[in-house]
Amino acid sequence: MTQPAQITLSHVEKRFGNGTLALRDMNLSIREGEFVSFLGPSGCGKSTALRMIAGLLEPSGGTITVNGREAGDGGDVSFVFQDATLMPWATVFDNVMLPLKLRGLGRAEARAQVEEALGMVGLTKFASSYPRELSGGMKMRVSIARAMVTKPRLLLMDEPFAALDEMTRFKLNNDVLELWRKQGLTVVFVTHSVFESVYLSSRVVVMGSRPGRVVHDLPMPEGPRDEHYRTTARYAETCRIVTEALEGTMDHVDINH
Amino acid sequence: MPVAITPTAPSADPALRRARQERRLRLLLPVCAISFALLMWEFLVWYNEVPHYLIPAPSLIARTLVENFGSLMGSAWFTVKLTLMSLALAISGGVALGMIFALSRPIEMSLFPFAVILQVTPIVAIAPLILIYVPDTFWALLICAWIVAFFPILSNTAIGLRSADHNLRDLFTLYRATPLQRLRYLLIPSALPYFMAALKIAGGLALIGAVVAEFVAGTAGQNTGLASRILESSFRNEIPLMFAALFLVSALGIVIFLVTSWLSTAVLGHWHESEIKRTR
Repeated sequence: MTQPAQITLSHVEKRFGNGTLALRDMNLSIREGEFVSFLGPSGCGKSTALRMIAGLLEPSGGTITVNGREAGDGGDVSFVFQDATLMPWATVFDNVMLPLKLRGLGRAEARAQVEEALGMVGLTKFASSYPRELSGGMKMRVSIARAMVTKPRLLLMDEPFAALDEMTRFKLNNDVLELWRKQGLTVVFVTHSVFESVYLSSRVVVMGSRPGRVVHDLPMPEGPRDEHYRTTARYAETCRIVTEALEGTMDHVDINH
Repeated sequence: MPVAITPTAPSADPALRRARQERRLRLLLPVCAISFALLMWEFLVWYNEVPHYLIPAPSLIARTLVENFGSLMGSAWFTVKLTLMSLALAISGGVALGMIFALSRPIEMSLFPFAVILQVTPIVAIAPLILIYVPDTFWALLICAWIVAFFPILSNTAIGLRSADHNLRDLFTLYRATPLQRLRYLLIPSALPYFMAALKIAGGLALIGAVVAEFVAGTAGQNTGLASRILESSFRNEIPLMFAALFLVSALGIVIFLVTSWLSTAVLGHWHESEIKRTR
């Protein structure tokens, strides 16, 4: 584990226009090939941190470096939103093709890459469907295919499966793990589910709220991740440790906030 | 104990038959209702011996329409030209200004009051002034009709261009879309449902504007439309001709409505909720 840092956050602070301090003094270094989860209660700034890494938000203080450049300049970054965020007027094929189209590629040039991305998520047969014809899980898979079509080095996911039912979520968890392993990606995954973060990640960053900050940085045990892993004692034990770490951040938080 | 499960899913055949039947009813019922109303009208006029200068029978109106076909068609063409040109101007002007509004808040805040003033002041009240200032009657009428049709296009285009999903906007930012790409692939498709709704309204309003303006202008011009024919025949007490011209005006309105509705379905039918038929 001596790869250089792919993402560096140093003394990052974010204060919104209305004065809310969303994130205070966040320091973090993520190496290439890691699967890092940001775990925390709502309002802990985990999505804000992710958006700043993507370059969609400007930090009010500190610096963020991605792929050796300032966040937002790097390219080679893909983002998966909480809802699938598909264009309802475009077919699945055109939705997945969007990043390539914005780079100036024509339909014929993009075809092979789009089909490969659709193949990764098992939606080859639905290329000509419209988003409204798909289930929630399928829409999310289209969204992942769109993120993967540019072969990014870094995949950012903002609570992507929060709105899905458990069975679909488990299936998509495995899909993402497989993509991570096969494509050699770095993944930063925002979630509020302890079980999801422990199952997926090589490292869990536990965050606290008011103001948003990093409280714990926990490495996860290595080993195969599959349906069997969910039932092992080690998984249960890790979940317990992470849950305790998370609860430690919520002492002063009113449950009705 | 084994339970026999009968398939509850309806087979395709009855559903198809029902759909066909509904389509037939959709055409048949209005046609029957209108025919019945016309027959009643004809019968009541004949039975009560109503003089034709009060209420002409449909048959007389039809005959008048055929006898004056040439001149009525000339007037209809004038009205069609006026309506379509004002609609075209309203679309180009409304879309252009709507885009500027969507791009710049300060410009919108400065200019929107003017648009509202034009919209809320009744066209009948502005028309005499326009007729004084604009020497050419056709252009004066065109401006009147344009004012009426312009506002819905403007406001809906401005709202529609702003209605693009925020996450999709972020996605376009992430992939460094150029402003033109953003407009073409995100803002315009997002605005289309709003624009189509405005077009349906503006189509009808352009016709109303054209007719009202012509009423205010009277029969001043040489080349006059259906509204002046209605006025002219009312002065001469030619009631059947009035009805014939009126019939053409509503026929025109119906055609505009059908065309804009068809266009809306053609453009949005494959994706937008408003045009999708749900199966039950």
